[in-house]
Amino acid sequence: MSNKSAVVIEKLHKKYTLGVISVDTLASDLSKIWKFFNSKLFFKLNSNKNSLEKKQVWALKNINLKIETGDIVGLIGSNGAGKSTLLKILSRITTPSIGTVKIKGRIASLLEVGTGFHPELTGKENIFLNGAILGMSKNEINQKLDKIIDFSGVSEFINTPVKRYSSGMRVRLAFSVAAYLEPEILLIDEVLAVGDADFQKKCLGKMKNISESGRTILFVSHNMTAIKSICNRAIVLDKGRVKYDSDAIDAVDFYLKGSKNHIKNEYFFNSKSNDHDEKLKIVAVKIKPKIGNSINVSSGIIFTFDCYTSLKKLPIYFGFEILTEDGVLLANNYLPLDDAKNIKSGYYSTKVEFPGDTLNVGVYNLVLWYGLSNSENLGYTKDKISFEVFPAQNNRQLNKVKGLLNLAIPYNTSHYLKDKKEL
Amino acid sequence: MNNSKNWDLIITTQNRWFDLHFEDILKYKDLLFLFVKRDITVFYKQTILGPLWFFIQPFISTILFSFIFNKIAKISTDGVHPYLFYMSGIIAWNYFSDCITTTSKTLTENANIFGKVYFPRVIVPISKVTSGLAKFFLQLFFYFIIFLYFTYKGNTSIDLSYKVLIFFPLLIFQMALLGLGLGLIISSISSKYRDLNYLIGFGTQLLMYASPIIYPLSIVPDKFKYMLILNPITPIIELFRRGLIGQGYFDFWLIIYSIFMSFFIFFTGIILFNKIEKSFIDTV
Repeated sequence: MSNKSAVVIEKLHKKYTLGVISVDTLASDLSKIWKFFNSKLFFKLNSNKNSLEKKQVWALKNINLKIETGDIVGLIGSNGAGKSTLLKILSRITTPSIGTVKIKGRIASLLEVGTGFHPELTGKENIFLNGAILGMSKNEINQKLDKIIDFSGVSEFINTPVKRYSSGMRVRLAFSVAAYLEPEILLIDEVLAVGDADFQKKCLGKMKNISESGRTILFVSHNMTAIKSICNRAIVLDKGRVKYDSDAIDAVDFYLKGSKNHIKNEYFFNSKSNDHDEKLKIVAVKIKPKIGNSINVSSGIIFTFDCYTSLKKLPIYFGFEILTEDGVLLANNYLPLDDAKNIKSGYYSTKVEFPGDTLNVGVYNLVLWYGLSNSENLGYTKDKISFEVFPAQNNRQLNKVKGLLNLAIPYNTSHYLKDKKEL
Repeated sequence: MNNSKNWDLIITTQNRWFDLHFEDILKYKDLLFLFVKRDITVFYKQTILGPLWFFIQPFISTILFSFIFNKIAKISTDGVHPYLFYMSGIIAWNYFSDCITTTSKTLTENANIFGKVYFPRVIVPISKVTSGLAKFFLQLFFYFIIFLYFTYKGNTSIDLSYKVLIFFPLLIFQMALLGLGLGLIISSISSKYRDLNYLIGFGTQLLMYASPIIYPLSIVPDKFKYMLILNPITPIIELFRRGLIGQGYFDFWLIIYSIFMSFFIFFTGIILFNKIEKSFIDTV
């Protein structure tokens, strides 16, 4: 029975320690020791105890999974659910705190493509270097070199140093190396976010090919369309636990339904620090229909963005993105808050009117951003802001029409008795 | 049922105290080779004078040392022409100190790549020590040219000691081992205490004065000699000189001691590095 499994994960736990323990200077540690001895001498142990306590977070809690050979498994979950940690343990970058993982076959990860590319070396030299980092032997790379170059589509520049490549070209080259690595188990973390649409299609196709040849793929993505189209199984992770494990379409539905729970009309952002210390602070985002009580396809939407700024006479801009649940960017606007000379410190409230008859029925995510005329980032909303567009009230459109947009198209029809040509 | 033979890889919490990852290193030997090649080609491409630097640096140091320590400070060079005396020492020292400084940056410089893909981490420091050999051999070659020039001009009476030259590969290996060990220890500690990085350049310079580079061991007063002898690099440098200029302190037990110390420091470095490498990724 165990022979068919490619990966068996048993009671896997991973603990991270938060707080400032990572990098210390020798001096600060010595002073800690000094303080410790001092406090012992003077029986003041309680004074320093809290600051030395470390916060611990379980990134993964009791994960038990069996992944069969040939499966394409999607890992989904909101940020911080533990997807990447799981992949990191599988690819041996970090070790588990408790539990074991058993793996059959060669495992390779694509946690971030282009790892180990050296800008001074040519594309070809980097293929060898990158291949070797991923665990290929020199002979293996030599055999596959032509195919890799061909697949990447950068054959004209293969003898040019990689520092002259565009970022898209780098990604394509890197993915090609990894695609021909031909491991028995491939781990992929959000690689398809880059590269143009054509290349993304090529990658998805290649992944399908890989799995058809009996290999196993573990695939982390926020792109639900990709998960649905290529995975045959998906696992929903939430706060370090497996929440749902089923075929991909069910799991995506489960995940999206779960994410609907935190849809609100108003989002407030409290910070621990004093508002007035920061250059700019996003206070609230409110989402309301322009007409009626609930947002529907034709009601139009009023977004209210509240922020506080301590800046004066600076060109503050705000921008917002509207994305579909699958992560497709639908709109991206970028506007000045006010004339730079008018900017005063204090609170600002911006009302943005988003026209009706544009967004289709569904759940959308919003990201708000503030910055100084495109150069300095002043802050953006890190928490998920979602809103739902319901079907219109009139009977015409109770069901969702297909497509990303639901436009009100002006039209008219004329009637003739004879074909116009004959007139 | 879950016999471990059925699995190619088992990841557990178990952290073996001492693990060289020897099988892994063999599996990744092509990577080692490519890292070495990368270091050398990148050096070529990034500098205008390229490998000429390998010659300029020891050449200028030699002239400077001869002037300051021999002409001004009147430090004896055991009757050997100061150029040859200093150059032989500088070449050996350069390799050794390069081993320390390049390997000591392993963890901090490669944090990015270590956080993304697995390969035996020790490959990086080993590749640094190996690519340093290219520079070392070029400089050694340069030394022999100068040596031939002096012999031709007839103003030197020294001989190469062939008996010692035969052991040069072992000597170089020991130097690499010691440098690698020290570098790994520094790398492990400096991943936690970043301020140690500032000490490396300064520290290796101090170590140079505590090694017989600018003076022969023979002129050191007996009451200080034992301190120098405890420095494991001392017998290596002396033996190296004995091979190249025919002058140098030779003591069988001292060499045994130095070999023992080199292995001891190397293994300490490996153990520390293995221990730190695991937790390092979680804290960056």
